[in-house]
Amino acid sequence: MTTISFDNALGIHDDALRLRSQRSEVLANNLANADTPGYKARDVDFQAALQQAQGQQEGMTMAASDAAHMSADGAGGGSPELMYRNPIQPSIDGNTVDTQTEMSKYMRNSMEFQASFQFLNSSIKGLKDALAGQ
Amino acid sequence: MSLNQVFDIAGSAMSAQSIRLNTTSSNLANAETASSSTGEVYRARKPVFSAIQADMMGQQGSGVSEAGFSGNELQSAGVKVDGIVESDVGLEQRYQPEHPKADDNGYVYYPNVSVVEEMADMMSASRSFQTNVEVMNTAKSMMQRVMTLGQGQ
Repeated sequence: MTTISFDNALGIHDDALRLRSQRSEVLANNLANADTPGYKARDVDFQAALQQAQGQQEGMTMAASDAAHMSADGAGGGSPELMYRNPIQPSIDGNTVDTQTEMSKYMRNSMEFQASFQFLNSSIKGLKDALAGQ
Repeated sequence: MSLNQVFDIAGSAMSAQSIRLNTTSSNLANAETASSSTGEVYRARKPVFSAIQADMMGQQGSGVSEAGFSGNELQSAGVKVDGIVESDVGLEQRYQPEHPKADDNGYVYYPNVSVVEEMADMMSASRSFQTNVEVMNTAKSMMQRVMTLGQGQ
């Protein structure tokens, strides 16, 4: 018999939601530094980051060969890497932020955040319905 | 929650842009302020922006940077004004012997403010400010959505 696990019930969507909110920080930072000389725009490879987050959850668990061993959930595996954006056009002050690109990515990220949220919310609703037993 | 950080980042950018707008308005206001010597004449003021590094801003509570991404030794969080510098561009010297501030040779000195440049700077600052307001609004609606998680029925 399998016990109900929140990880299984929520699937990929809680990781996706977390990564989306982290990515929004990175993109907001690019936009904030749109006028900073020498600033290089950065972003996350979302797919790689999500795969890594899923891998951490499923594959990379620490072996506990003794009852006194502590579990190391969520540890290890490292965190996804920030990369530099390839500039579309050169600028005199060495800044690689393209406000339009960043803004569209930020907006798209926000919409995808909403999608992940919708999935997560309906999973939680499903769990609640199951608990209520109606 | 890293969405909180977005408010700090956008806020830092908004205050930096308002400082820029402040210097611009000061420059425009003083564009025609004449002086009798090069020493006391008004010089165009420009803010110097630089990115705030994550370890200065991100280390609240946990030792891990809030964004949680690796390879981020250069990752920054927001923007700050390093200082305001006075422009080195040459001053304008005009021969106006009737001017009350004219020196012995009849010259007055005018600031090195380029009005065209200041207007362009003002537009750029205002656009950047708008962008950051938009960022903050979006982050706000994302956060409000999160707060409704699991509500309803």
